[in-house]
Amino acid sequence: MNKTVNQKAWFLVLPVLVLVAFSAVIPLMTVVNYSVQDTFGNNVFFWNGLRWFQDMLESDRMWNALGRQVVFSSIILAIEVPLGVFVALNMPKRGFWASFCLVLMSLPLLIPWNVVGTIWQIFGRVDIGLLGHTLDAVGIDYNYTQGFIAAWATVIAMDVWHWTSLVALLAYAGLQSIPDAYYQAAKIDQASRWAVFRYIELPKMTGVLMIAILLRFMDSFMIYTEPFVVTGGGPGNATTFLSIDLVKMALGQFDLGPAAAFSLMYFLVIMAISWVFYTVMTNLDNRESRR
Amino acid sequence: MAEITLANLAHSYLPDPRTGDDFALKEMNHVWRDGEAYALLGSSGCGKSTLLNIISGLLRPSHGRVLFDGRDVTDAPTAERNIGQVFQFPVVYDTMTVRENLAFPLRNRRMPAAEIARLVQKVGAMIGMEAELDRKARGLTADAKQKISLGRGMVREDVNALLFDEPLTVIDPHMKWELRTQLKKLHQDFGHTMIYVTHDQTEALTFADKVVVMYDGRVVQIGTPQELFERPAHTFVGYFIGSPGMNLFDAQVAGRRARIDGASFDLPAPYVTGRGRVQVGVRPEFVRLATGGGGVPARIDRIEDVGRHRIVRLTVAGGEVSALVPEDGTLPADVDGIVFDPAGINVYEDDWRVAPSAGQEAA
Repeated sequence: MNKTVNQKAWFLVLPVLVLVAFSAVIPLMTVVNYSVQDTFGNNVFFWNGLRWFQDMLESDRMWNALGRQVVFSSIILAIEVPLGVFVALNMPKRGFWASFCLVLMSLPLLIPWNVVGTIWQIFGRVDIGLLGHTLDAVGIDYNYTQGFIAAWATVIAMDVWHWTSLVALLAYAGLQSIPDAYYQAAKIDQASRWAVFRYIELPKMTGVLMIAILLRFMDSFMIYTEPFVVTGGGPGNATTFLSIDLVKMALGQFDLGPAAAFSLMYFLVIMAISWVFYTVMTNLDNRESRR
Repeated sequence: MAEITLANLAHSYLPDPRTGDDFALKEMNHVWRDGEAYALLGSSGCGKSTLLNIISGLLRPSHGRVLFDGRDVTDAPTAERNIGQVFQFPVVYDTMTVRENLAFPLRNRRMPAAEIARLVQKVGAMIGMEAELDRKARGLTADAKQKISLGRGMVREDVNALLFDEPLTVIDPHMKWELRTQLKKLHQDFGHTMIYVTHDQTEALTFADKVVVMYDGRVVQIGTPQELFERPAHTFVGYFIGSPGMNLFDAQVAGRRARIDGASFDLPAPYVTGRGRVQVGVRPEFVRLATGGGGVPARIDRIEDVGRHRIVRLTVAGGEVSALVPEDGTLPADVDGIVFDPAGINVYEDDWRVAPSAGQEAA
């Protein structure tokens, strides 16, 4: 086929360039701008090189927040993925109850983040909350505003409550795509329940589970609203995750330079990890189609 | 290996079946003899697969019992029945190699490793995939996957029965012959009870000792290929088996005389018919062309030359009729009727064959 060369075609790309510039590139550049400058007030800025980046890399505060963040994401992935798969395996396959379960499962996903936070904030209160009061009544020392373990348990339970449905729904979709003949053949082959899971269900779910893990990882790595509403990052800094710390730094202390450097690094970390996920996933896909 | 008895078996997918039409499988009593190879033949949707799934236990029959060697297994789960079954569409375990796929049913039965290796090697050779044993099953072609499915069905030597549910649909023709030959050989070597479901009459007739023809949820005839050809018990068997199928004529039958469209002729034996719809069935192989007003009036529509013989399509009493004539020799130009070879005449009432009354049936 002969292609005609017409440089005017560039004008067709222009709207997208403008849109992306205003929505992403220019705001990002202001952050970049702050990250390499310092000010003593009066809106006068001067060049500061990479000092803020250096400072942040040497700050215990950021490393601690990152550490908490990694621990948090690992724990919720370790709970939500197996739990979601377990729930999906036990959901009815068809009929009225299948639809009923689907609606029930998707309810938590529809609730806004700050409402979820508020629900758990009240639910966990020792004076009026059902959970907090009950735990207190049976003699468990539970107070998420003071206890380190109680705070973490509450934040994790809240995330599991909010997001296990997502994993379950994705896993359920994967399970639904398995033809009945596979289960029949497995019965004929006298496969155990575990073998059916290991060799039929799990392979068919791999694709959707990778997506679930990626989504849950990115989302949990950026978590802000829910713990902010429940614990406000406390007690002390116990549940101060990266986003909470960043907002404290940028808006609480108005340290725009360090906060900008911090957010750029945060952005790069998420990009890097998502890229690794993406590469692994596409490689898996390729391997499947190539064979 | 076992003799499989179906006692008063019927199945309906509806919770509360009332009329006969509600049943996917109408009540039947049947014994599948130990060590015989059966073909289950019928058009799509006639209940073949339902019957197979009931035997293997994938489906619990709504009525009646299933017995293996006299033991009631109606409520026994599939795994307990120890049956091999191959489905129409390939089922392979993607993450396993071909070898692991074939070994899977054996490993589930906790056989010793050496025994597994021997059986897998043997079945690998049987399906012609020895070279690919260590490949991942994912990404193989559909017919290779189906060969693995077949292999998994055949790998256990101690199964009670082997059931095949149209297993060769996705396999290409020359491989079909090859695999069918392998199945027959497997049957000769081990004497498993085999039931082979198909809607392809050639496949059924070449595979089986006994062919079971099903129609509308009912077994209409069980017999050798020859019996099905010469004495179809039901008009469905007549036109489903044979190419082209049996010709049917509305007729009046009284004793040894039959009348079709005003022309009467002798039957080989006397028949007594009731008040139902009486038909005379004659396979195209037994229809002869007649001249000079001697037979049932007929007009030639067209002639198809299929190589071995010619098929003459005629119109008789408004319906289409086929006759086979040899490839050599010329057709008379003034054909105006057909006559029947007495050996090939069957009489039907309401679709079921009527036996000659005096028992002096001509062979």
